[in-house]
Amino acid sequence: MADPIVIVGAGQAGAALAAKLRALGYAGPLALVGEEPVLPYQRPPLSKKYVSRELEFDRLVVRPPAWYGEQRIDLHLNSAVAALNPADKTVALRGGTVLRYAKLALTTGARPRRLPPEIGGDLAGVFTIRSVADADAIAPRLQPGKRMLVIGGGYIGLEAAAVARTKGMEVTIIEVAERILQRVAAPPTADYFRALHRTHGVIILESTALARLAGEGGRLTGTELKDGTHLPADLAIVGIGILPNDDLARAAGLSVDSGIVVDGHCRTSAPDIYAAGDCTRFPWRGEPTRLESVQNAIDQAEHAAAAMLGEQRDYNPVPWFWSDQYDVKLQIAGLNRGYTDCVLRPGKREGSASVWYYRDDTLIAVDAMNDALSYGIAKKVLEAGRSIPKAMAADSAADLKPFLTSSAHH
Amino acid sequence: MPKVTWILHDGRSISAEVAAGHNLMEAAVANNVPDVIGECGGCLSCATCHVYVDAAWYEKAGGPGDMEGEMLEITTAERRPMSRLSCQIKASEDLDGIVLHVPHI
Repeated sequence: MADPIVIVGAGQAGAALAAKLRALGYAGPLALVGEEPVLPYQRPPLSKKYVSRELEFDRLVVRPPAWYGEQRIDLHLNSAVAALNPADKTVALRGGTVLRYAKLALTTGARPRRLPPEIGGDLAGVFTIRSVADADAIAPRLQPGKRMLVIGGGYIGLEAAAVARTKGMEVTIIEVAERILQRVAAPPTADYFRALHRTHGVIILESTALARLAGEGGRLTGTELKDGTHLPADLAIVGIGILPNDDLARAAGLSVDSGIVVDGHCRTSAPDIYAAGDCTRFPWRGEPTRLESVQNAIDQAEHAAAAMLGEQRDYNPVPWFWSDQYDVKLQIAGLNRGYTDCVLRPGKREGSASVWYYRDDTLIAVDAMNDALSYGIAKKVLEAGRSIPKAMAADSAADLKPFLTSSAHH
Repeated sequence: MPKVTWILHDGRSISAEVAAGHNLMEAAVANNVPDVIGECGGCLSCATCHVYVDAAWYEKAGGPGDMEGEMLEITTAERRPMSRLSCQIKASEDLDGIVLHVPHI
């Protein structure tokens, strides 16, 4: 029998890659190896409806348990990969199993950046949110009246803050940069979410550096800021970014540059080894790019599946993202990297607005808050490789719907 | 449990019992209904779970909400009067027997 295609990493990318191989007619042996003990699941709800206990785990799985058997996918869960050997085309699982592969896909994802132990990062009561185990550990601690610190004012931290505040906790967000969302959004978007959280009673401290997390007997008691202020806390969520899981690839001698380097066909530097999702760095619009999103996990994985079966097309996505906080849905189309200008477009409903990012006069991204129409129009326009004049985007009276049809010329 | 039937573009149909409270996008994915993708997991950001509710069921299922109506502007298949995003329809005893037509994408 032919050697299987082996997929290392059983997150949303790994599951999507397996599904696409089957959908495209690959009928050969197929193995999916994952470190976590559970079936592939959706991560975005972890910091939203899962940690708040509105959704149960069996609703997060991307495919029902029976599907893997039906699709003849050889699942190796709870299986860390100890070594990858491109020379003899094998992966060795911890525990001794060795899998030969005809082709290999790395969908190893990313892990949260943690605070170092020297400043209290390993105290009990300090959490990151990446896995279902993380969310399961946090959920019972979200109790009314308890004090939660959020270290880092990015989307994951803001989502956790919203859930905790909704549960009646006292929440303080500490952001070292001069404003929340500094790395990912323009000031008008940050202003919108700062106001939203303050309206809900969250304390947001910007330009505020942490000296250390304080503890007693190994357990978090609070934090000390650089200015000497002490804030007591029962719980801390650290949301300061993620790191690509590229160690296995690096140890195997593959080209790695803060992410597994792949080309437009999702090929790594080693023959017959592909990669997709959060773990990769790929060429996009002329620059090596990492995307941390479900959109990229799924789309790049599907692209990799097609490439493994011989398709010769470059991966060229229009990225999209979303976040849910309180009753606000944020939808992002495009990537604002390198924007030179942005305009705010007030929405048609109370509390709806969108921020349109331009590089010179070309639209590159939109953040839409409770404004699905702006998001939808921007997504369509970006996918068609077109733009919308800045002045029209800024004019809430201008009808942008004609841009939905490719025949529109402006 | 409420029964849901999806009629595919080629005339084939798939029926399943769906737990009340589950949305019909997740039910479609769980039952391998082709062309219902649900890439965003039901958060109104991808419009890939677009269906046409059967005329006999549309009124009972109700029309789209504001945000859903806006997302229906960017569906891959054409929007029709019975268009809904199936992630926004929850299975219930009231909708026991509902029929959804799945556009080809």
